[in-house]
Amino acid sequence: MQQLNYLKETPSQTAGPYVHIGLAPGAAGFEIYRQELGWDIAGPNAEGERIRVEGLVVDGAGSPIKDVLLEAWQANARGVYAHPEGGSDVEDGFRGWGRVITNFETGEWAFDTVKPGPTPGRNVGQQAPHINLWVVARGINVGLNTRIYFEDEAEANSKDPVLNLIEWERRRATLLAKRTNRDGQVVYRFDIKIQGEDETVFFDI
Amino acid sequence: MLKQGEFYQRDREWHPPALTPDYKTSVTRSPQYSLISLQNSISEVTGPVFGHNDVDPLDNDLISNYAQPGKSPIGERVILHGKVLDENGRAVPNTLVEIWQANAGGRYRHKKDTYLAPIDPNFGGCGRTLTDENGYYFFRTVKPGAYPWRNWVNSWRPAHIHMSIFGTGFAQRLITQCYFEGDPLIDRCPIVKTIPDADAISRLISRLDMNSTIPLDTIAYKFDVVLRGRRSTLFENRLEGN
Repeated sequence: MQQLNYLKETPSQTAGPYVHIGLAPGAAGFEIYRQELGWDIAGPNAEGERIRVEGLVVDGAGSPIKDVLLEAWQANARGVYAHPEGGSDVEDGFRGWGRVITNFETGEWAFDTVKPGPTPGRNVGQQAPHINLWVVARGINVGLNTRIYFEDEAEANSKDPVLNLIEWERRRATLLAKRTNRDGQVVYRFDIKIQGEDETVFFDI
Repeated sequence: MLKQGEFYQRDREWHPPALTPDYKTSVTRSPQYSLISLQNSISEVTGPVFGHNDVDPLDNDLISNYAQPGKSPIGERVILHGKVLDENGRAVPNTLVEIWQANAGGRYRHKKDTYLAPIDPNFGGCGRTLTDENGYYFFRTVKPGAYPWRNWVNSWRPAHIHMSIFGTGFAQRLITQCYFEGDPLIDRCPIVKTIPDADAISRLISRLDMNSTIPLDTIAYKFDVVLRGRRSTLFENRLEGN
């Protein structure tokens, strides 16, 4: 028989407990780079509503995971990704990508950004505003993918092709960030439950 | 509509499963529900773009990037190099590769690492670089030492370098670990053995590369990385209305 000659993807391994050394050395306890990457998602020129997103990542025993690293990937307020296939230009300084780590004592994480706009669906229609999230940590062998949606986008969420793929309607709620106001700032709360009751929906993308 | 097709489906039997009880931390950090499979949209095929403004030329040189002037870290001087390819064998140019590792004695420069082996004052332990137009990358570093960890009472990680790679789309995002040819700890490590397939494990073992050493100066290991490939558009999108 002939060979197909595709290569196999390099297998994943856990990021381990010291992921900060490589991806957030300041948090590991030392300064080395001129600039660390990923701490400014939207940049100063981004249009749209400024928001903070925050939460905890909780394990199957109910304890906050304190050595998590999360990466966010999102479109701008007009629904354009900062990428050659994004469709059009984005504001100068808008990268749409962010990297956040949890507080070593509390497990809380947070990032500041702008609320993304709706993006094109796979073939037709639109996806509700969402932020793509990738979660790695000690004990996680392959990074977990999920999406943050916004509870105040009920109509768009009801038509979202990805939310509607989730057969158990009750589980869709695990992807909705809850909106609050704190000292004049819009804050969305998004807790991630890795395992057990109200487990967050994770995707194979 | 996507300009190109989606990424090839990730082979989840090739990668480690989430629940691997011999690696104890995975027991409470593995989802119980199945993953929901998504056909790629623009959210998955796009991803962050990095340029030479993000990375400094010496960021890939761990022998000098944290050393005091005129000093260098203790340890076996090593070049780690290779290509980033996709499953179609095509080079992935201009993509960000980041590494981190312990020093020659197995000690990490991290406030949570309390192993009694000492910190090396001239070694930070992280580096980053962009692949060139041919997908090629290289780092200069010292070979990391094995270190003990609290899994079983007497568990030791093989010498390894952690590696993070982006690719062109968020769905290609990958973190893995690079091991070194001939290390007898590889076969004993429950993190290595989260990967069920021996052939898959072999893809994480860098090879001694005598042709790339610098004689009387630095030894070399070769480590290629393969990211997910992408379909052609040929049969991807049905005509509207069909």
